[in-house]
Amino acid sequence: MDFSIASILLLDGVTNGAIYALLGLATVLVFTVTRVIFIPQGEFAAYGALTLAILQTGKIPGTVWLLLILAVLAALMDGAAEWQRHRQAASALKAALKTLAIPAVVAGLTAWAAPLQMPLLVQALLSVCVVTAFGPLVYRVAFQSLADATPLVLLIVSVGVHFAMTGLGLLFFGAEGFRNPAFSDASVSLGDLAITGQAIIIIATSGALIVLLWLFFERSLYGKALRATAVNRLGARLMGISSQSAGQLTFAMAALIGALSGLLIGPTTTVFYDSGFLIGLKGFVAAVVAGLSSYPGALLGALFVGIVEAFASFWASAFKEVIVFTLILPVLLWRSLQGGHSDEDH
Amino acid sequence: MLARRYGIWALVAALASIALLPLPDFWITQLNYIGLYSLACLGLVLLTGVAGLTSFGQAAFVGIGAYSTAWLTLNTGLSPWLTLFIGLGLTATFALMLAWLTLRMSGHYLPLATMAWGLSLYYLMGNLDALGKYDGLLGLQSLHLFGWDIGQGRGFFALTWTIVVLAALAIVHLLDSRAGRAMRSLRNGTLMAEAMGVSTLRYKITIFLIAALLASVSGWLFAHFQRAVNPSPFGLKMGIEYLFMTVVGGVGYVWGAITGALLTKLLEDQLQVLLPQLIGTSGSYEIIVFGIVLVLMLKYLPDGLWSFVDKRLPRAKREENWADAPALPTREKPAPGDLVLDVQAIRKQFGGLTAVNDISFQIKAGQIVGLIGPNGAGKSTTFNLISGVLSLTSGDVVFRGQKIGGLRSRQIAARGMSRTFQHVKMIADMTVLENVALGAHLRGGKGVASAMARLNRDEEKQLFAEAQRQLERIGMGEFVHELAGNLAMGPQRLMEIARALCSDPALLLLDEPAAGLRHQEKKALGAVLRQLRAEGMSILLVEHDMDLVMDICDHLVVMEFGTFLTEGTPTQIQQSPEVRAAYLGTEH
Repeated sequence: MDFSIASILLLDGVTNGAIYALLGLATVLVFTVTRVIFIPQGEFAAYGALTLAILQTGKIPGTVWLLLILAVLAALMDGAAEWQRHRQAASALKAALKTLAIPAVVAGLTAWAAPLQMPLLVQALLSVCVVTAFGPLVYRVAFQSLADATPLVLLIVSVGVHFAMTGLGLLFFGAEGFRNPAFSDASVSLGDLAITGQAIIIIATSGALIVLLWLFFERSLYGKALRATAVNRLGARLMGISSQSAGQLTFAMAALIGALSGLLIGPTTTVFYDSGFLIGLKGFVAAVVAGLSSYPGALLGALFVGIVEAFASFWASAFKEVIVFTLILPVLLWRSLQGGHSDEDH
Repeated sequence: MLARRYGIWALVAALASIALLPLPDFWITQLNYIGLYSLACLGLVLLTGVAGLTSFGQAAFVGIGAYSTAWLTLNTGLSPWLTLFIGLGLTATFALMLAWLTLRMSGHYLPLATMAWGLSLYYLMGNLDALGKYDGLLGLQSLHLFGWDIGQGRGFFALTWTIVVLAALAIVHLLDSRAGRAMRSLRNGTLMAEAMGVSTLRYKITIFLIAALLASVSGWLFAHFQRAVNPSPFGLKMGIEYLFMTVVGGVGYVWGAITGALLTKLLEDQLQVLLPQLIGTSGSYEIIVFGIVLVLMLKYLPDGLWSFVDKRLPRAKREENWADAPALPTREKPAPGDLVLDVQAIRKQFGGLTAVNDISFQIKAGQIVGLIGPNGAGKSTTFNLISGVLSLTSGDVVFRGQKIGGLRSRQIAARGMSRTFQHVKMIADMTVLENVALGAHLRGGKGVASAMARLNRDEEKQLFAEAQRQLERIGMGEFVHELAGNLAMGPQRLMEIARALCSDPALLLLDEPAAGLRHQEKKALGAVLRQLRAEGMSILLVEHDMDLVMDICDHLVVMEFGTFLTEGTPTQIQQSPEVRAAYLGTEH
């Protein structure tokens, strides 16, 4: 290996690492606020990439129908809950419509725009909207009523959601993979190293999102409310922060981050209905490196995972997954030795 | 009653008739698969249902068992009966390594680690040339017994289900034993179990190992049943499916594992035919249904389907057969007046907060010492420091002439100090008797293997006899066979005292034993404590009920804001202006 190969691998690693960082951050976000270890995070990425791919062909993506079904389900649940509380048909209907409104608009807009072959960026925006709308609905349908369950129960539920979302992905997108067109054909040469426009977009978008997340949590009232919920749910509720809306907001953000990372990887690799799982899990390894609690830690972990993967694929390409996933074991050991042993409250 | 006792024979009879009746071969094959899945699920019942450890990686252990026998029989020509044990050895080595790495972790890290190794083993199997990459290994022989070909049909059915029934029975026996009670205490955190002298890490590793070995046997059978192996049945998806089956059946029940495997396989078969017809293309759409069912199960029926059956079966009362069991050996007790506990300037700091600030006091044999003070004075922290639940920042504790500062709580328990908890810690789904018997853990020695083979009956009788003796001593004789979770607060606290007494302690640490007791119960408790003192027991008591404290204590130590305020006899303390000021405030 010479310097040029090493620098290519490094660039490759950083580009992939940036995607893992996004997914890792989303995982940390969801875990700290809701205590859900959100395995299907990667599915949002796959849904994002594949929704765009179907829009490219001018058809209505299946995710639109799924979104409507989920929204109707969530609306029924909200309406029923409201009915049980107040026994008033009007308020139950209002609650249901409130839940239904945004997803219905997003779905309608996408269905209308699909055959018009809009420009790539508009289609990308629509895909992001569709997938982001999934977030709060998934929380509402699968997790909200279990908010007080143990993290282990939530984890098993999250595996159930992963199964359902993968299967539905197969149903709506089929078994074949798609590769999206690049957002930019530009290329910059630095000596032997050719940096593609796509790589720059990936790194820049990830960087910008990470800064935005940081600003959101440090500077905005909503961000602080989410952090308060993460620290103490009951205390936050007593301060007037609804843990339900905190959960839905968190899931919306996770879905948004997932969709964006899906769009970013779409042009660099062929995405299948089940590709999300592996990508998500690598983001996960990064989040675990950070102990599921630190944003800068997740970023560093993700870059580490990306670089290890890039070099592993050069030296032992067949074993790159083995290496990446075995990596988590020493990391976990290190974390557990560091963290002491207090397991009374799980 | 009858159903519980004869249920197992009904199952055996049903299995035997299936083997003998002229059922279509298709059903025999399906039941063979169900048997194989049941074995892996039985391990998960122990792991998740009993010990509260979640694993998505059991399929990887199935894979190790399957690939071991496949590679060895194909390449070395060894008999499958030999490769079974080599596979078990390999699995055990691998499981111990993973257990050592991952079981120290608490809560959610373990399931994540199981996913990681599940994935990495899958990719390893799929990329090694020696294992045939993703094509796997083909052309295995079926199992033979004394020249008779067991084959893939009824012979294999008999073999598999014999193993399943034996494994299920072994686990049922295990759970009803000294080791099993220790295992069942793991789910509620390790604090209480460690205080009773249970090495929780060792039991976690043992459970992990048993679950891995069951999976490995399933893999060995699977390889010779299919006569070929490839990585896909051992991937993470299958690992998740094993957990799915167990959750559907009932993760807390041995028979839930078999129920879950049966129903899942039947459901999967139906869905694999039905869904592609409905949808119009083939594909593994059944995972959509599985995912939704899993979410619904955890929402509305977290104990699984078997819980329906279990609720309807009347619980058999344990047969009291221990009347003439010889008493357990007792430890040598200190002579009256000997120094039992010497607390030397112990200190605990949490960051900048000094919760306990250089507290010193002594307890002599046959003394009841009360540790009192207003709320937040650091009494419970002092308790936790003495019993080893928390580590000392500085200072030392000497118990019967030995330094115990820095020892773990189970090591301190082994030296004859036993405690109760301010918030009762018990196993709600065990009877009072079984909960109390856990206190005698260190006085027995029979382990997992003898429990499975029921070679532990004599010791069990001794343990139960001791537990019953202590319960009767504390006035709980009528509750012996009640489920601990059904007790009111007061009796729960008394049960904790009986459990502590079961360890034959020289020093008893009681943390607010009278909280939640009614007046008569408090009087009875006072009488029991006096009786214990008369027998030479030393007691350290944290209690807010001043009538009780003043009535039974020989000596009082008063704390305020983590520091020592004063000490003396109850009369001296009652007259102390400092103590009054601490409790009631001063006039300005």
